[in-house]
Amino acid sequence: MKLSPEKLKELKETARICRRDILRMTTLAGSGHPGGSLSCIDILVTLFFARMRHDPRQPKWEDRDRFFLSKGHSCPALYAVLSRAGYFPVEELDTLRKLNSILQGHPDMLYTPGVEVSSGSLGQGLSIGNGVALAAKVDHRNIKVYIMLGDGECQEGMVWEAAMTSAQHKLDNLCAFVDYNRLQIDGWIDDIKSLEPLQLKWESFGWKAIIIDGHSFEEIWQGLMEADRTKGKPTVCIARTVKGKGVSFMENQAKYHGMALTPEELSRALKELE
Amino acid sequence: MDMLGTRDVYGKTLVELGRESENIVVLDADLASSTRTNYFAREFPHRFFNMGVSEQDLIGTAAGLALAGKLPFVSSFAIFLAGKAWEQIRQSICIPNLNVKLVATHGGITVGEDGASHHSTEDFALMRVLPNMTVICPADGVETEKVIREIAKHQGPTYVRLARPKFPVVLDDAYQFQLGRSFTLRQGKDLTMIATGIMVYQCLRAAEELDKEGVSAAVVNMSTIKPIDAPAIASAVRQTGAILTAEEHSVIGGLGSAVAEVVSQNCPAPMKIIGVDDLFGVSGNADKLMAHFRLTYPYIAEGARQLLKRK
Ligand SMILES: Cc1ncc(C[n+]2csc(CCOP(=O)(O)OP(=O)(O)O)c2C)c(N)n1
Repeated sequence: MKLSPEKLKELKETARICRRDILRMTTLAGSGHPGGSLSCIDILVTLFFARMRHDPRQPKWEDRDRFFLSKGHSCPALYAVLSRAGYFPVEELDTLRKLNSILQGHPDMLYTPGVEVSSGSLGQGLSIGNGVALAAKVDHRNIKVYIMLGDGECQEGMVWEAAMTSAQHKLDNLCAFVDYNRLQIDGWIDDIKSLEPLQLKWESFGWKAIIIDGHSFEEIWQGLMEADRTKGKPTVCIARTVKGKGVSFMENQAKYHGMALTPEELSRALKELE
Repeated sequence: MDMLGTRDVYGKTLVELGRESENIVVLDADLASSTRTNYFAREFPHRFFNMGVSEQDLIGTAAGLALAGKLPFVSSFAIFLAGKAWEQIRQSICIPNLNVKLVATHGGITVGEDGASHHSTEDFALMRVLPNMTVICPADGVETEKVIREIAKHQGPTYVRLARPKFPVVLDDAYQFQLGRSFTLRQGKDLTMIATGIMVYQCLRAAEELDKEGVSAAVVNMSTIKPIDAPAIASAVRQTGAILTAEEHSVIGGLGSAVAEVVSQNCPAPMKIIGVDDLFGVSGNADKLMAHFRLTYPYIAEGARQLLKRK
């Protein structure tokens, strides 16, 4: 199955809108994590608008596919996608990180419809996804579990403990993404603690590992198709991405990891996303 | 009122210590720009190790460096250090009683907008319960410098909690920090407020409020939470007969509990524990959260009034 030209156009347009949402909400909040939100947004948009079975009117529907944002700091991307999908009004985005908001600085399932689990401390999402995927196997429930990991996050030992669990239990109903933007907070991953050879690492842990361009909807789609075809083992899509993707002056800049744009920067950025 | 960032002071003091002693090494876990260990990294790149997002590995590596005779200072956010790596701290630092200095920034709820996952209202409890561990939370930037210098001389595992926002300065340069000793900032007759961290400032404000009502409150800076200054607590009870504690931490297991352990067993007296109720944090501006969690001086003054009724 291929993405239709109409669907492709729709995804591109949705991603553009979500990029604008991410930048607006973080600037309004005066803080937050725009860089890593922009690097994973195209994958989130593909999942929520083309792939996953879900129903914004029934966030707790038992047969929904699940998405876990293990790199929780990128929740502006998740909030943009959830609001545009209809889980809550888009206006709520303006309250991000403020006292009494439904949109916490890191995802909190008790506050936000559509958020599957609370996260923010890195390293824990894959284990949780494994648990849900195991339960689906036990219950013979035909659902798919998607996980978004950061590349810096993959420096947490727990990610690799979980990777062994997924393979041990042949969790072919689980598909992980690594947002491989090559940056963490303090600089380049390769200068701090390299993950390479990353594809071989996942393969040697018993996974099907493929490399995709995380900003190409066709390639993200191909990755998802590959995950569906793969039986007897979990799949990871190592997505080559650019931190700050879509705004020229933010791309590949570590400083926009955890810093919102100033209002002036925001208007420049929004022009680039018209 | 002068404001100083406790983490900024920490970063600068580490650089000075690094110049004074070749033996000091510094480790961080991808938060060097926030904890300010990046100042040290810039000047001494060969003695700085950024471990990446690997807090448990961070602690183990520091233990190894200490075993090999180095003096490691280890930093991350409070919850990722004290929380994520707790059992590694217990096994590899406290049981072997190694000389590792854990200096956590972003303690408490004044972390602000990041919300529950990044707040730390449990770290005093987590660190205090470990045998061999010393636990310190300075009241301001002035004390931070003295604490960092002092723990570099002291032998044994140490946890220091610092903060994200700048704090008002409450101590003057002549102040001498002594490990395990509290410091009385204000004398009083009717009750004693024992506080740590930012709450020292809030208690001083509360004491001024109470003064207007004719209530005389002493204020004690209990920066060393463990070992707790039991003689000072006993004398506070003798002098004022009522103890209020205040901390930017859960009301369970922190300074209030430490003081209550002494008061209840050695010198019973009515107590009021001010801290974060048994709840997780929420996102919001740090000042707003201080009020939201009832940590600001009007709530302390109110707590004092209630306490005095039980005297
Ligand atoms: C356990 C833990 N340690 C530290 C942090 C602080 N932190 C937030 S994001 C981040 C870097 C993550 O890098 P990466 O996974 O590459 O994220 P991305 O570049 O995609 O935003 C760190 C260290 C955290 N949230 N959790």
